[in-house]
Amino acid sequence: MLRVSWSANIWGMDGSNLFASAALDLARWQFGITTVYHFFFVPVTIGLSFLVAGMQTAWVRTGKDKYLQATKFFGKLFLINFAMGVVTGIVQEFQFGMNWSDYSRFVGDVFGAPLAIEGLLAFFLESTFLGLWIFGWDRLPKKLHLATIWLAATGTLLSAYFILAANSFMQHPVGYEYNPVTNRAEMNNFGEILFQNTTTSAFMHVITTCFLVAGAFVGGISAWLLFRGRSVEMARSTLKLGMITTLVAFVLVGITGDHQAKIMVQQQPMKMAAAEALYETSAPAPFSIFTVGTLDGSEPIFEIKIPDALSFLATGTLDGEVQGINNLQEELANQFPEEEYGITNFAPNIPITYWTFRLMIGMGGLAFLFAAYALWATRKGRVPSSKWFVRAAILMPLLPLLGAAFGWIFTEMGRQPWVVYGLMPTAAGVSPGVSTGYVLTTVVVFTLLYAVLAIIEVGLIIRAVKIGPPEVVPKDPYDTDAPDRQLSVTY
Amino acid sequence: MELTTVWFILIAVLFIGYFVLEGFDFGVGMLLKVIGKSEADRRAIITTLGPVWDGNEVWLLVGGGALFAAFPEWYATLFSGFYLPLFLILVALIVRGVAFEYRSKRSSLKWRANWDNAITIASFVPALLWGVAFANLVRGVPVEPNEVAGAGFLYTGGFFNLLNPYALLGGLVTLTLFLTHGAVFLALKTAGDIQPRAQKIAIPLGLIAAVLAVVFLLWTQLAYSDKAWTWALVVVAALAWVGGIAANYLKRDGWAFLLSAVTLAVAVAFLFSVLYPNLMPSTVNEAYSLTIENGSSTEYTLRIMTIVAVIFTPIVLAYQGWTYWVFRKRVSPADIPNPHEGSLDYPDEAQAAAAHAAANK
Ligand code: HDD
Ligand code: HEM
Ligand code: HEM
Repeated sequence: MLRVSWSANIWGMDGSNLFASAALDLARWQFGITTVYHFFFVPVTIGLSFLVAGMQTAWVRTGKDKYLQATKFFGKLFLINFAMGVVTGIVQEFQFGMNWSDYSRFVGDVFGAPLAIEGLLAFFLESTFLGLWIFGWDRLPKKLHLATIWLAATGTLLSAYFILAANSFMQHPVGYEYNPVTNRAEMNNFGEILFQNTTTSAFMHVITTCFLVAGAFVGGISAWLLFRGRSVEMARSTLKLGMITTLVAFVLVGITGDHQAKIMVQQQPMKMAAAEALYETSAPAPFSIFTVGTLDGSEPIFEIKIPDALSFLATGTLDGEVQGINNLQEELANQFPEEEYGITNFAPNIPITYWTFRLMIGMGGLAFLFAAYALWATRKGRVPSSKWFVRAAILMPLLPLLGAAFGWIFTEMGRQPWVVYGLMPTAAGVSPGVSTGYVLTTVVVFTLLYAVLAIIEVGLIIRAVKIGPPEVVPKDPYDTDAPDRQLSVTY
Repeated sequence: MELTTVWFILIAVLFIGYFVLEGFDFGVGMLLKVIGKSEADRRAIITTLGPVWDGNEVWLLVGGGALFAAFPEWYATLFSGFYLPLFLILVALIVRGVAFEYRSKRSSLKWRANWDNAITIASFVPALLWGVAFANLVRGVPVEPNEVAGAGFLYTGGFFNLLNPYALLGGLVTLTLFLTHGAVFLALKTAGDIQPRAQKIAIPLGLIAAVLAVVFLLWTQLAYSDKAWTWALVVVAALAWVGGIAANYLKRDGWAFLLSAVTLAVAVAFLFSVLYPNLMPSTVNEAYSLTIENGSSTEYTLRIMTIVAVIFTPIVLAYQGWTYWVFRKRVSPADIPNPHEGSLDYPDEAQAAAAHAAANK
């Protein structure tokens, strides 16, 4: 058993030091805001880079104009989004040191490696080859140019893998040993950190999520174009591409999510219990879809439950036992004595974990339903004319995006009160030397800046969609004598 | 050689790469409105950075990541200690990146003028602050044992402690070096009207930078270096800079850029050499200094990182070098007959822009 002494009084975890806890809350808000914001752009980048690469491949192979049109049109949207992913990522890289310096010094030996490797392997690849893709239309041979977007897309996958390996260490620390002399976690098995099932499982779930997001993005926008009668030939193809991607991805997201749930029950049982607001250990346990009432478990007023479903989700059998919050609280309190860890309450915020878990699944589910409907409604050259269709199409790109944000909020908040599960309390990770005023300043400025940038970015996306793909047959972009050459080689 | 020393050198190399590469990005950004008189000029200027600025910035990200992995104590103490300057740098980098990507997305003159201002200011801020930060590192800062964590170190200096004359001079040095480096880069990468303007402005900028840099390097060597051999670096940096100015005067753009890159590289190497083996010298008590010994990761982690770095750094260098080769051609405003091409304009806006362009011809 690990013995870590956090001298709880210094962090005011018992509430005795109001200012220390204000700085902590602010640092948490800051991390949550900047990271969720970063993740609005991440899945679009990852998923869309592959879809655009696919469109360009189709064009290179068939020479059909509609594929070139699609590549250019979605490529433009992709780049507007990518810029935001890049600049918000920079903050992430330095935030650990700024706001979570004790966390950084405690886990740096383990946690820094995947982050550094991500930069060296992934960010260089993404940024360099995307630069070549954007500006290389008339400088590179056709096939080589096509290869650049595939390499950039590969970079996004690598990036996701390494960052999720780092995150999985926080969910389920492995491959390290605690050194009481230096008071830090020291890595002793890098392979385990990279390949533990928490990492591989999160990677599958997140990557399939990225395709769900990008599928809904392409599908929703194409449905709108089709409804408006714009670039119909292209829109039909991309609608199919987007909607089918959405359908397939949602099924895979469900399968991989189910896999994650089973791992989570073993590694962080409290998170599963919190996700279900399941207070008493039950076998078999039902899955609650919707509850109105007191979430403290006393009296549900109205609820819909699927019998045995939680047991199945958590254990794979219909009558498996799922542990409840009360039991787990008792167990964890014995396992992690207050004198050492300074924690008395081992349950995360129950309403948030309960609802974010449902919203995650629900938002993805809505996108799935609309994708199925849209495919049916546009079959054999039909064009839907209902107002509701177009409203749903406009909403569609947002649904899985919000679902993914809820998924992260669930994962991260469900881990509380730990920043590294079972090893380091969140309160112990915050920077001791950074004043509340500093953190407040940065929270306010980042939030305002991000809000302004969001307005600008969404404005540009809407413009790009409304203007639509060029109606005229595009000239061959590799023809260096064509008059519109500069289109592809300058900003 | 000890792995801790290897990683100290590797981190120095990453920051050398960063300052040499993003150094000219910053310079070009600050000179955008000075050298770019017309809309086509400015588009041409930004296009010289287009394919490379993000890749250049990744040198910083990897440098930061390597700092975290190899010297977690340094990463934690430095970034929580230099909180406000780093925050300002981050805000600037955010604004700058977005500005590059979005400025030509609309043809509205106001839109473009705002982004041009954003590029200028957001290039100025980090160009100044990086110098301030590095000078403070060399000079030493108040560092004390981290009693909260029961191990490690904590910066206890506050913000104003960072604003001392030596550090401010350091800021002016990076500022003027980057300005010159950017001008020399533009002289190499552009054609048409822009190029002679860039060549011309590089000379006075280079002379100002020379004066400031010589004072700063001598001050550093005399006050903070305990090594005689670092004199050699001072001399090489100074000679390369003089050579660069001369090459620029003779309109040998390639040589001028190469020599200004050498100056920056040697100057950064000099600062790291003066620092070695400290990471953050403590002004409170020498015994509290963060060093490569008490600030590093374990041998195991360093070994893994070394293997990864040895395999992948050459690959990265190869494809980044190839990118510069692909985009070696000079960019001229003449390549941009219609500076509003490619904007996301609604039809009426596009008409207005075309009318405006025609009126300006
Ligand atoms: C599952 C994927 C994923 C997750 C969880 C994160 N990121 Fe991210 N990040 C990406 C996937 C990604 C990406 C797809 O690779 C991005 C998005 C846009 C881009 O350029 O690359 C990116 C960009 C990006 C950049 C800019 C790279 C550049 O300049 O090209 C940095 C520095 C980070 N990220 C750092 C982080 C950190 C420190 C995170 C943890 C808190 C984080 N990201 C979460
Ligand atoms: C490798 C990737 C990630 C790492 C290392 C990481 C790490 C952290 C850390 C250090 C905290 C602060 C402790 C806390 O307040 O809980 C945190 C909180 C949080 N993170 Fe993550 N995170 C990662 C990815 C993400 C992503 C991608 C998202 C969502 C988009 C996310 C969402 C959140 C949220 C919402 C919080 C606030 C939770 C709370 O304060 O209760 N995280 N995470
Ligand atoms: C369909 C059934 C789904 C199930 C059973 C499921 C299950 C899970 C579980 C158990 C976690 C937490 C993992 C952990 O903290 O250890 C999680 C996280 C997450 N989910 Fe889902 N999920 C489903 C659907 C979705 C959908 C539709 C989306 C996106 C729209 C989504 C996006 C995410 C994201 C981004 C995370 C955080 C990253 C991670 O920990 O993998 N999930 N999901």
